[in-house]
Amino acid sequence: MKRLLSFIITVLVLTAVMAVSTPGLLDKVRLGLDLKGGFEILYQATPSEQGQQLTRASLLQTAAALEKRANVLGTSEPEVTTEGTDRIRLKIAGVTNEAEVREKMKDPAVLTFRSAAEGDPEGTYSKIELVGSDFVENAATVGRDNLNQIEISIKVKDKDKFAEITKRLLGKKLAIYLDDTKLSDPEVRAVLTEGTASISGNYTISAARELADTINLGALPLKLTEKYSQSVGATLGKQSLDDTIRAGLIASVLILIFMIGMYRIPGLVASFALILHTWLLILVFVLADFTLTLPGIAAFILGIGMAVDANIITNERIHEEMRSGKSIMSSVKAGSKSSFRTVIDSNVTTIIVAAVMFAFGTGSVKGFALVLIVEILLSIATNLYFARWMLNQLVKAGKLSKPKQFGVKESEINAL
Amino acid sequence: MHFKKELDYVHLSKYFYIFSISLTVIGIVFLAIFNLNYSVDFKAGSNVDVSLTKTLTQEQIDGAIKGIKSGHEPSLTIGSQRVNIRYDEVLTSAEDEALKAAITKLDDKASFEINTVDTEMAKELARNAIYAVLMSCIGIIIYVSIRFEWRFAIAAIVALVHDAFMVVAVFSIFRLEVDLTFIIAVLTIIGYSINDTIVIFDRIRENLRFGKQKTYDDLKTLVNKSVSQTIMRSLYTALTVFIAAFFLMILGGESIRMFSLAMVVGLLFGAYSSIFIASPLWLLLKKNQKSKVKSKPAKAQ
Repeated sequence: MKRLLSFIITVLVLTAVMAVSTPGLLDKVRLGLDLKGGFEILYQATPSEQGQQLTRASLLQTAAALEKRANVLGTSEPEVTTEGTDRIRLKIAGVTNEAEVREKMKDPAVLTFRSAAEGDPEGTYSKIELVGSDFVENAATVGRDNLNQIEISIKVKDKDKFAEITKRLLGKKLAIYLDDTKLSDPEVRAVLTEGTASISGNYTISAARELADTINLGALPLKLTEKYSQSVGATLGKQSLDDTIRAGLIASVLILIFMIGMYRIPGLVASFALILHTWLLILVFVLADFTLTLPGIAAFILGIGMAVDANIITNERIHEEMRSGKSIMSSVKAGSKSSFRTVIDSNVTTIIVAAVMFAFGTGSVKGFALVLIVEILLSIATNLYFARWMLNQLVKAGKLSKPKQFGVKESEINAL
Repeated sequence: MHFKKELDYVHLSKYFYIFSISLTVIGIVFLAIFNLNYSVDFKAGSNVDVSLTKTLTQEQIDGAIKGIKSGHEPSLTIGSQRVNIRYDEVLTSAEDEALKAAITKLDDKASFEINTVDTEMAKELARNAIYAVLMSCIGIIIYVSIRFEWRFAIAAIVALVHDAFMVVAVFSIFRLEVDLTFIIAVLTIIGYSINDTIVIFDRIRENLRFGKQKTYDDLKTLVNKSVSQTIMRSLYTALTVFIAAFFLMILGGESIRMFSLAMVVGLLFGAYSSIFIASPLWLLLKKNQKSKVKSKPAKAQ
């Protein structure tokens, strides 16, 4: 009686917990770009000037700058990660003006103040006096000068350096370049000791703001080239998600029907373990903050098919023992014991492959492999240990005493 | 349901060997002549999948994409409410924006999925895929050799390489598109199809402990017995995963269709090979050992 009670309580409590928590959990699952729409770009970083070294620090700095840019552009939850020694992966969800964002992200935007070197043709300047990193970050502001012309003021980090430059170039021109585009080439009329400079000209207010923003975004320490990109429309992503989940539900229901039809009460126990397994998998996803991608869902669904393996192996073995004439109790015992090793062996081989996939894969392959590994581990816990415990409780409580309850016909049993 | 009569699987396997070897040869020939139909994931370029809300004609689409990338004709696959446009060259972000704009003009609710892969990246993906397959095989050989013995490991590897190759062959013969998800499918099949094989091997090993098998016939009976003891399990588990893969294939998202198809094909071959390829092959390897052992009867194992 005690055993039956613990069985019933376990089932009821778990069912209640699952029923209550599932909607909330599902809402919290983080969806990949292929399911909610957005784009992903893999950049290869190279030093922007020849002879420069690509360091870990410069890569991280570039990634940070990219993230800042993405935030300035008003995108939601940009995700920037570095990969290997020279790659940066950028993921942005729900962007409407994708082309513009892509263009701005990769734009090196090197801001330089230049003076004319000897031999420069009229109006061009090649001697770099100040570079982007000499300016105070986020200091570019738009205002109006005495003549009510729009001007952009910039702050320099090192006042003395700027004073020296303006002193040297007094009466000459100091040109401002963004990349290789000359923005303006004002004449230095005074030695500037305050560390502020201004760019004025015939700008409209919006053009000036855009320029100030570009300057604020700062120069990217490294040059980026797109190696791989994927962009998925929001509608298409939603459609993939719905289609795949529907496919998964239909498949799962059929698998459950099969298990119950084939193995009766133990099949019912197996089905419960399978539902618990799926719920735990979602829980792990939420707790570990994994991103669910389309291949991930595929792994999820295939995993349900694979997870019942453990139950099929065990139950087939129990049937076999029963057919050879053993009692229910000893059949369950012997069946569970001898199937244990087989289940572990077959799961370990799948884990080996999944681990290799995780090690060699990128992006979606990694995601798939991760789901597979977590799923196998959970499956061992639920479909092997938990299902067996449940079955044992029932058998020991004396509630499972007829072969028919296992799906074995009396006629199939050999007399001992 | 259970089989009362034991079939002579070992004897039957002769025909299946012929079948598998012929299929392998056909596969190699197809691969050598036509290779695989690689998607942009492996050969660089841009792939544009458009989901439409109305059906567009070939002319309409031709008109829209004309001049998007001058001098480069994309290949078009038009389905109902779905269009696939593939360029062998990489589309720049401005070009794909222009393409989107042109198609949106025809159908303002069109939704896009664009994948662009640079040549170098494509090579790297392909290289990693090959490493992954090799590493997986080595891992499995080591594990099976430790848990069982090398003969089981060899037989298991032959069976799983067979399964993986059959999927590749089927994709080559039917010119199905090979993308990154295909590699995932092949790896999953490698990891999964061996499950069946291991279950049968476990049973062979277990049965080996009862009594001594002196002759080839003893061993053959043992293999037949082991296979028939586990065959329902093999079929059922293959069936449950098949159900999952099959529904993913017919109802799941478009971008994993090829993945699901590869899984379905691989699962069928996986179930078949563990019964008709792996176990008889083990017997073949074991038979040679037996003849040696006969000369030294002191050591049975």
